Amino acid sequence: MKILVCISHVPDTTSKINFTADNAAFDTNGVQYIINPYDEFVLAKAMHLKEELGASITVLNVGTAETEPSLRKAMAIGADDAIRINATPTDGFFVAQQIAEIARTNTYDLIFAGRESIDYNGGMVPGVLATLLDCNFINACVGLEIENTTATAQREIDGGSETLQAKFPLVIAGQKGLTEEKDLRIPNMRGIMMARKKPLAVLEPIATENKTGSKGFEKPEENAACKMVAADNIDGLIDLLHNEAKVI
Amino acid sequence: MSVLVFAEVSEGKFKKNALEVVSYGKKLAEQLGTQLTAFTINAETPSELASYGADKIVTITNGALTSFDAKAIAAVASQIAQKENTKVIIIDSSANGAYLAPIISGKLAAGFASNVVELPISMEPFVVKRKAFSNKAFQHTEISTDIKIIGLAKNAFGVFETVGKGQEEDFSPELTSTGLTSVSIQKASGKISIADAEIVVSGGRGLKGPENWGLIEDLAAVLNAATACSKPVSDLGWRPHNEHVGQTGKPVASNLYIAIGVSGAIQHVAGINASKVKVVINTDPEAPFFKVADYGIVGDAFEVVPKLIQKLQQFKSQNS
Repeated sequence: MKILVCISHVPDTTSKINFTADNAAFDTNGVQYIINPYDEFVLAKAMHLKEELGASITVLNVGTAETEPSLRKAMAIGADDAIRINATPTDGFFVAQQIAEIARTNTYDLIFAGRESIDYNGGMVPGVLATLLDCNFINACVGLEIENTTATAQREIDGGSETLQAKFPLVIAGQKGLTEEKDLRIPNMRGIMMARKKPLAVLEPIATENKTGSKGFEKPEENAACKMVAADNIDGLIDLLHNEAKVI
Repeated sequence: MSVLVFAEVSEGKFKKNALEVVSYGKKLAEQLGTQLTAFTINAETPSELASYGADKIVTITNGALTSFDAKAIAAVASQIAQKENTKVIIIDSSANGAYLAPIISGKLAAGFASNVVELPISMEPFVVKRKAFSNKAFQHTEISTDIKIIGLAKNAFGVFETVGKGQEEDFSPELTSTGLTSVSIQKASGKISIADAEIVVSGGRGLKGPENWGLIEDLAAVLNAATACSKPVSDLGWRPHNEHVGQTGKPVASNLYIAIGVSGAIQHVAGINASKVKVVINTDPEAPFFKVADYGIVGDAFEVVPKLIQKLQQFKSQNS
């Protein structure tokens, strides 16, 4: 089984989000980068499948050289090799087109990606990718079992889950549940040493036309001060919720 | 030229998400000087959409589309978009909407912006405001393709009654098998989902253990609310992970969010910030959650919440 795991390199979840003076770009000053949390779940699932059924895992990122530590980390966790498409990921469609190009030449059975990245939250790369490759796609995947070349997967729906079946090749956008938090992988020293010797191919992007473009950012307005209500004044709280906020 | 929305039904009936995209689509169509077309699959009363502004209602009745097959529905959307000469397609941000929109984008090679929170900032160029950085910021995104796809953020625009022409038209799409089979659907019966709830009641580690969750459930029951929890609570196994709300859990965009014994870590707040009104009950006056809350009570949940339940029951019986 050949597995491709697509990862994003994103600001740590605790990062303060600031922008450059003209609000044109994200201010990377002092920001720590991590593998996108949603991608960690799919990478751990890929590792699990590799150990259980045997598989080769290629990890891929569309990004500049700064993202290589995330690719090395993924290889330290257990991916066999890595591909970096040397480009700034300007929009989701662009990223999907770059991955599709790789997938067409290398033909993978399973392509994993996180449901969305926690920076731009586009949530579109896996779906567009599957459509460009004309293969099936399961979004918000919270459970997966493989038997020969058939996948049985659960996807999250509003208020529950749906079980689906599809044949390879398949694109899966995963999240927590696909792997439990406690089963996420942390690289050990041996893995880190081995990752240094694993191949990391740097490829140039194919030329495409952008479909969307960022025109700048703004921060949410500061919240007005919290109205404090005394613990013995529950009637007061109910009155505020009913008459002022009008939510009950 | 037209604006096209997909109005999804659940067991034949329109959900709030569907009425919200129709309301949004109508306003956008007016601004563009065109009309709104809504399409809907296996709806009981498609004509309802006229009251929210649909000028044309394309109805599809097809047993093969009973379960939500995103690829098949994307094919349907593309066929209608072509027929209607559509310039903007609007899809909601439900689990199904988030599944569908990228497939349509790929199929039509159309630029897609998800989590859009208001009407476009400008039409030429076409720029929308969307949530980014997990609710910690907004991004202005230009969509430059001929056909544009908007994923409308949940509960961001609202539902507005207005008058549309409501001209109904049956449509039989060409369907090919997608190879994806729906085996079964698992839904907790009698429980309100976090996605659908107007009110969400959430508990954190301050509740000390899973045995105390009766408090959260009782409060949720009085308010007809969904129950949720913080990440540590689901990591500890006190509650199932489908109740985990926050940056890497489920997003919440309810009208009222009540957090009990949740300190308000930045990741938690990011996930629930789209809620309109936030109430925080915590013993620690320094809990960071108070900084982003609208109403706060410093107090012990085990004393405050039972009183709140009792008073709310009285309030409900007087106001119903």
